[in-house]
Amino acid sequence: MDTYYKSKRTGDLIRYSLSYVVLIICAGIFIFPFLWMLSTAFKIPSEAYTLPPKLFPKTFTLDNFIEGWKYADFTRYTLNTLTVTLLATLGTVLSASFVAYGFARFKSRYNNLLFTAVLATLMLPSQVTLVPTYLLFTKMGWLDTLKPLIVPSFFGGGAFNIFLLRQFFRSIPKDLDEAAYIDGANAFQIYYKILLPAIKPALITVALMSITFHWNDYMSPLIYLNSDQNFTLAIGLQFFQNSFGSSQIQMLMAVSLITVIPVLILFFVGQRHFVQGITMTGIKG
Amino acid sequence: MKARKNSIAKREERHFFFFISPWLLGFLIFTLYPMIFSVILVFTNMDMTGTGKFIGFANIIRAFVQDPLFYKSLLNTLYFVLVSVPVSLILAFLIALLLNQKIRGVGFFRTSFYIPYITSGVAVTLLWGWIFNAQYGLINYFLSLFGISGPSWLSDTKWAMPAIIIMGVWTIGNSIIITLAGLQDIPEQLYESAEIDGANGLVKVMRITLPLVTPTLYFNLIMGIIGGFQIFMQPYILTEGGPSYATYTYMMHIYNNGFKYSEMGYASTLAWLLFIVIMIITQIVNRTSKYWVYYDN
Repeated sequence: MDTYYKSKRTGDLIRYSLSYVVLIICAGIFIFPFLWMLSTAFKIPSEAYTLPPKLFPKTFTLDNFIEGWKYADFTRYTLNTLTVTLLATLGTVLSASFVAYGFARFKSRYNNLLFTAVLATLMLPSQVTLVPTYLLFTKMGWLDTLKPLIVPSFFGGGAFNIFLLRQFFRSIPKDLDEAAYIDGANAFQIYYKILLPAIKPALITVALMSITFHWNDYMSPLIYLNSDQNFTLAIGLQFFQNSFGSSQIQMLMAVSLITVIPVLILFFVGQRHFVQGITMTGIKG
Repeated sequence: MKARKNSIAKREERHFFFFISPWLLGFLIFTLYPMIFSVILVFTNMDMTGTGKFIGFANIIRAFVQDPLFYKSLLNTLYFVLVSVPVSLILAFLIALLLNQKIRGVGFFRTSFYIPYITSGVAVTLLWGWIFNAQYGLINYFLSLFGISGPSWLSDTKWAMPAIIIMGVWTIGNSIIITLAGLQDIPEQLYESAEIDGANGLVKVMRITLPLVTPTLYFNLIMGIIGGFQIFMQPYILTEGGPSYATYTYMMHIYNNGFKYSEMGYASTLAWLLFIVIMIITQIVNRTSKYWVYYDN
């Protein structure tokens, strides 16, 4: 019996160390591109192209950040991206929670039917509605403005988020609403003062996912924006690469790094919520 | 009493419609109306300015008979989906398995795998362009350490699509986290009783972990297929569909026809054909699910 436990323990130890080594190697592969981006951003041009590549540049320089930023109107692109990201996220959180509250709390003959419609839109690939939506925005004179990137978020906030928040609302006992109702609160006050604070973690999750989505979004800005002063970072970066990229890799990496950093900071701050939100959406549906 | 009950029901209904009204409006304006419009567009040669006339089935015939890029882009996209989806699924499962152990620094590892997913925008795509650079890129340098002279990835018709796939697989962080959540739902007692019966690690994985995590794998599979068919940004930025259309994806074909050549009617036709392809494939997967997806009830 003793030897059985002993061999089991050694087996565990071997397995443990082995998975540790494999994990370190895998994580290294996933992280390494970023480290390379980081180091290239601080290199002088001659060093950026040397082989073998060095992870620590011999001469550190900040020129790439300063020069690269000046090559195009990146400050402007950043402001545009911020505008889109913040307003669209506000719209997403507000309207998705508003709608989810309706689906979660009120009886109607049409509740199930319409909620099925919400879920069905999850399945529909976006390209089917792409062209008519473009024509619609053109007709409204919204082409080459930030409106097409912002306004739709205020109309429901996306099927996925409605679905997620409805689940959260339903996990809160309805007695809470009824007590408040007896105390004289109306439906909107119950939503705003009682239920929204109660699902704060879920709202943060939705906000974080919305921020990363809009910050990284490429397709919509590509379709709707065409003049330089309206570009978002995604489009600006691509133009920057087309004009200078292949010969100025250290600058391209510096500017790219600046645009990635906000998302990274956000991730580290909200890490727990991120993971929680993703797992909730994936499985517990 | 009955009247009172009625008025409560009516109030509930009013409240219901009041709160869902943003979605309802959005659904009508941004989903239902575009869908109907999109069906009509299939039978027209409308351009970007919104002018055009009915041309019957000409767009559909054009896709199947006159447009070699329809088949080319569809096959390229299928190639991408058929390779990247299974590879991502298996890799995500294996990494999630490793992360599901009681290991120090698990938060650090989880973060490492998740970061590529949340940063996967243009900046990171440009980074990959550099990684795949034939002369100065990381991958070919790494290969040269083993005496292998790497291909000129993005400008070689054989290697361009594998390059896009490698980059796609690199962003599996989301599937890893979802799979991990599935793994953590498996009751510990199952493993304990299996251990008493003398099951080893591999048997436990094959007989307990794998079957019980199949609903999660199924979810990842369906999401992977739907997302995979819409691959656009990476090839558009890295290769513009080249070399000689080796990475020209279906979504790029829709984009080019609609927004470069101003053929809105044809672009809508292509979009609906893609929708049909995705529906058929997900339905096939759905039908097979009863043979391999394990459900509690």
